[in-house]
Amino acid sequence: MNAFVAKDELPQSVPATNSDVLLRVDNVSLAFGGVKAITDISFDILKGEIRAIIGPNGAGKTSMLNVINGFYHPQEGTITWRGSVRSKMRPYEAASQGIARTFQNVALFKGMTTLDNIMSGRSLKMHRNFFWQLLWRGPAEREEIEHRRKVEDIIDFLEIQAIRKTPVGRLPYGLQKRVELGRALAMEPELLLLDEPMAGMNLEEKEDMSRFILDVNQEFGTTIALIEHDMGVVMDLSDRVVVLDYGRKIADGSPEDVQKSQAVIDAYLGVSH
Amino acid sequence: MFYREAGQYKTSYEADQALFPIRQDLVGIGVILLVAFVVIPLTANDFFLASIMIPFLVFSLAAIGLNVLTGFCGQLSLGTGAFMGVGAYAAYKLTTIFPDVNVVFLVLLSGFFAAFIGAIFGLPSLRIKGLYLAVTTLAAQFFLEWCFIRIPWLYNYNASGAIEIPKREMFGVVVSGAEATPLARYFVVLSITVAIAFLIANVLRGRIGRSWMMIRDMDIAAELMGIRPLQTKLMAFAVSSYICGVAGAMMVFFWLNAAEPSSYSITLSFQILFMVILGGLGSLGGAFLGAAFIWILPVALKFIPGAIGIEIGAETVEHLTFMVVGALIIFFLIVEPHGFARLWQIAKQKLRVWPFPY
Repeated sequence: MNAFVAKDELPQSVPATNSDVLLRVDNVSLAFGGVKAITDISFDILKGEIRAIIGPNGAGKTSMLNVINGFYHPQEGTITWRGSVRSKMRPYEAASQGIARTFQNVALFKGMTTLDNIMSGRSLKMHRNFFWQLLWRGPAEREEIEHRRKVEDIIDFLEIQAIRKTPVGRLPYGLQKRVELGRALAMEPELLLLDEPMAGMNLEEKEDMSRFILDVNQEFGTTIALIEHDMGVVMDLSDRVVVLDYGRKIADGSPEDVQKSQAVIDAYLGVSH
Repeated sequence: MFYREAGQYKTSYEADQALFPIRQDLVGIGVILLVAFVVIPLTANDFFLASIMIPFLVFSLAAIGLNVLTGFCGQLSLGTGAFMGVGAYAAYKLTTIFPDVNVVFLVLLSGFFAAFIGAIFGLPSLRIKGLYLAVTTLAAQFFLEWCFIRIPWLYNYNASGAIEIPKREMFGVVVSGAEATPLARYFVVLSITVAIAFLIANVLRGRIGRSWMMIRDMDIAAELMGIRPLQTKLMAFAVSSYICGVAGAMMVFFWLNAAEPSSYSITLSFQILFMVILGGLGSLGGAFLGAAFIWILPVALKFIPGAIGIEIGAETVEHLTFMVVGALIIFFLIVEPHGFARLWQIAKQKLRVWPFPY
């Protein structure tokens, strides 16, 4: 159960205690009218790990991410973020607390360039007010350049220098996914939620994306929660996996344990009644 | 050949983020400003200044204002005419109360009243999007127009119900009222329009402009990036209404001399909206091109029959103008739905690779 691959590589590696829990979900239930999307789910995400959330279609994975970043408010249960129970909050508050995410269907700002899209991830860290912006010369320009440097680092990291000034609407799908990752990274999040980062990609693009995810986790120490349908990717990348089916948690543990679980096999392959 | 940025290397982010990063663009804008500030005042006659250039600049500024809201922040508004009216009536009341204060300062100040009203009518935008929001701004249009008619205090209890602009001087030159020369008015209007266009271009390339475009392109993602939707949208409403308010005040102070509530009717709102759509949503240059098309083309068309020696009645010319302009609008929207700004970009791209096709 306690096979934390990435944790061992973290400098301040200490035994897993409560203080290492970055986010804990306790008995969360979410319903839309009569439709129960999530029923009584509890799990935790430890600092520095890659946590995968998997399950068949309609299992409630994306709803779970939406609950974590404040887009949905669960009817029951609590979410504990960095040791304190989180009250009902708006998504922009979650963002300011260090939770970033990417989307299942690319949600880039289509009319803006790659550079502007990634710069938009710095919005929370930029503070010059309207009147400085009017003047541009001086503080506003300095702030812009300071953040531009950080953004250029991300552009280098993701190897997308060539499309810096291209409107993202014109980019192929795989690159759009990469820009979206860059935009989330620009927020310098503590917890990065990735909703199907490999969906619709070919093998090479998947390998690139896997490399980026591992690099982000190991070099920046970012905790990652990941939804993915490609089981090869999930089992290779993640430290721990939580499996949902019909809004309930059916398994939780290391990739090896989850693979052996009869409930998981039944959920994916079906059982004869 | 002459529009190619090859060899212009940028070695700093300042240079890369400049308003006109390509040298040819910088020269081009310099030439345009030179023509506007020097050549036109030296060569143009009063008619050209008073009937073509001044209204063109006023409409350009209003189109920039609406473009901030609709083109950059994605909030459709049909209340532009009313917000311009708020600026006009506010400036009129201010100059009545403070006759000694510089009129240009009061015109710029009046925009803040429009910004305040605009922000209030922007409140529904948190819940309502697209065409439905346009309907709520329509309420602003009719309510404010009703105010201009029914609140006599706004027009100083004039018997005519219209506001008439008094004579005001600046640096010893009469700039408003019937006695002001078109040249003096032209300089005031040109300076204000250029200054606001330049300042707003700065805002649009920075953090705030980006946050507007984030809301426009994908409001859910914007919120998850830490953008507060209400504040961002209200700010767009306020800034847009400020600019429209200043344009509206300029319209009566430096162009019409007198205005009645119907000057700021829904027709004006639509006129500005067409300028923005034809010029190109989300482009400042497009606002100028759209204003030129909607305002200058009909005036120019009226002179063509006379200039080439065809004698036809004035009302026939009027009808012909309507038909030609209408047909051209349809033609341009079919050719390029993204407006003149996109056509201009395509032309630049073609020039860049000329004589090769790509």
